Amino acid sequence: MKTWMRGDGPRAALLSLLLLALLLGVWHLATVGTAAPAAAPAATNLTPEQIEYLKLMGKDPAAEAGPVARSGFPTLAQMGQVMWQHLQSPFYDNGPNDKGLGLQLLHSLSRVALGYLLAAAVAIPLGFVIGMSPLLYRALDPFIQVLKPISPLAWMPLALYTIKDSSVSGIFVIFICSLWPMLINTAFGVASVRRDWLNVARTLEVSPLRRAFEVILPAAAPTILTGMRISMGIAWLVIVAAEMLVGGTGIGYFVWNEWNNLSLPNVIVAILVIGVVGMALDLMFARLQKAVTYAD
Amino acid sequence: MPTEFLKVQGLGKTYPGAAEPVFDGVNFDIAEGEFVCIIGHSGCGKTTILNVLAGLETASEGHVFMDRREVAGPSLDRGVVFQGHALMPWLTVRGNIAFAVRSKWPGWSRAQVDAHVQKYVALVGLAAAIDKKPSQLSGGMKQRVGIARAFAIQPRMLLLDEPFGALDALTRGTIQDELLRICAETRQTVFMITHDVDEAILLADRILLMSNGPQARVAEIVKNTMPRERTRATLHHQPAYYPLRNHLVDFLVARSEGLSHGRAPATPVEVSPGAAADPEPRPTQTPSLRRIA
Repeated sequence: MKTWMRGDGPRAALLSLLLLALLLGVWHLATVGTAAPAAAPAATNLTPEQIEYLKLMGKDPAAEAGPVARSGFPTLAQMGQVMWQHLQSPFYDNGPNDKGLGLQLLHSLSRVALGYLLAAAVAIPLGFVIGMSPLLYRALDPFIQVLKPISPLAWMPLALYTIKDSSVSGIFVIFICSLWPMLINTAFGVASVRRDWLNVARTLEVSPLRRAFEVILPAAAPTILTGMRISMGIAWLVIVAAEMLVGGTGIGYFVWNEWNNLSLPNVIVAILVIGVVGMALDLMFARLQKAVTYAD
Repeated sequence: MPTEFLKVQGLGKTYPGAAEPVFDGVNFDIAEGEFVCIIGHSGCGKTTILNVLAGLETASEGHVFMDRREVAGPSLDRGVVFQGHALMPWLTVRGNIAFAVRSKWPGWSRAQVDAHVQKYVALVGLAAAIDKKPSQLSGGMKQRVGIARAFAIQPRMLLLDEPFGALDALTRGTIQDELLRICAETRQTVFMITHDVDEAILLADRILLMSNGPQARVAEIVKNTMPRERTRATLHHQPAYYPLRNHLVDFLVARSEGLSHGRAPATPVEVSPGAAADPEPRPTQTPSLRRIA
């Protein structure tokens, strides 16, 4: 966020802070205003069994008597408290359904990294070959055009059936969704390397390998990096959904699990964390992109 | 006539789908150490001829021989300076020239390459800008880097495709002087495309005049009768200057069009306008015109 603010100057930063304050203010008013001590008398004339029953049904009479909103939507104070808890111990592990947020994030990030790197290892060399050969470009184009718009989650049943491992299936889904933007951008970047540069390489009798690494790769690098950045964005979007489906570990599973626990503060914290991590990943690729971009 | 170094025989090019060839029956020779310019209107196929000489394009008919061996592809023996400089924008001046040097001498150490690069960067007067990227250079500086890159591989022949076309007149003049000096020092054989009559007179030993396309040909070869120690400052004071210049302009303005569609002779006429300090400004009508076999 800091680099973004630096670019836009202090006035934009001030406006951002004002908007944030406005947002939090609205949140505060909306949640605090509805807090009503209406259900207070109920708890007294209930037997312990009835209270137990109500608790199991998620209608804790003691909690409802407190300052919590009827809607169940957390107040800012509750949000702060939950966030503080998560920040204090991000890596605890109390069994399969109770892991720290940091630990879940690491699971998701490692899945994304693995699927993404596999996709890059396939897409960039293949894109190079396709970009260099107009024949292959045309021959593979219909396949790419059909496969590209398929939602990566649609592959999930096939992956689960053939791979028989939910975690690897998640990685496969990341692989398949990261593949296309990298493949298409690499092929396009390689195919549109300026003729002049290739002619220079030809008149200098440069070997094909040297031409690929010293002329075509740097010339196409900005386009390739754009594809990699788009792929990373998509992979981070898809991992949440994929983990909701396969379960077990990861930030997506965490969100789903906390929804089942009806713990909205945890869900909201997870949403924020997903956003911040996604932004960090994107910034990382923006830096890389800047490093390989050349002024012509 | 000196021994021929480069020989072009019956060269022709027909692009797919075109009814008539762009040029055909193009014949000329270049001697070692000679500076030859080719002038003609746009579309007569000058760049195609240069690309065929470079080995970047293949002709539809005819042959090119360099040192009695047929040109069959690009080679480090022929350095090319491209019209649009064609520098790699992600490399510095040093990197661009080093790329060429390492291609020619793959076994050289880093220090050897760097010393060679510095020598050629200094030759075109860009020592101060050696670590700059092309985007930080002016058009004239970029073209100088292109020239340094071509010279750095010490080719047996240099091919220049209208290298100064995009430059302003003042910059063009200084680089022309530099090119003249470097060519005199290295006794480089050069084939250069130009649109500028004065540039051709200043630089070339012989000027090939191309008729208009389609079916363009090298219609005439004009010998530069002025001594090789020409300078921009004194050129136009020499008695042979105006006859020569008028001859070239007359050809381009009045005659080249009438010689399209293969009406130009396949064996070009060699003329030396103003050779005997001829007062007649139309050398085509003077006895100094002679045919070569």
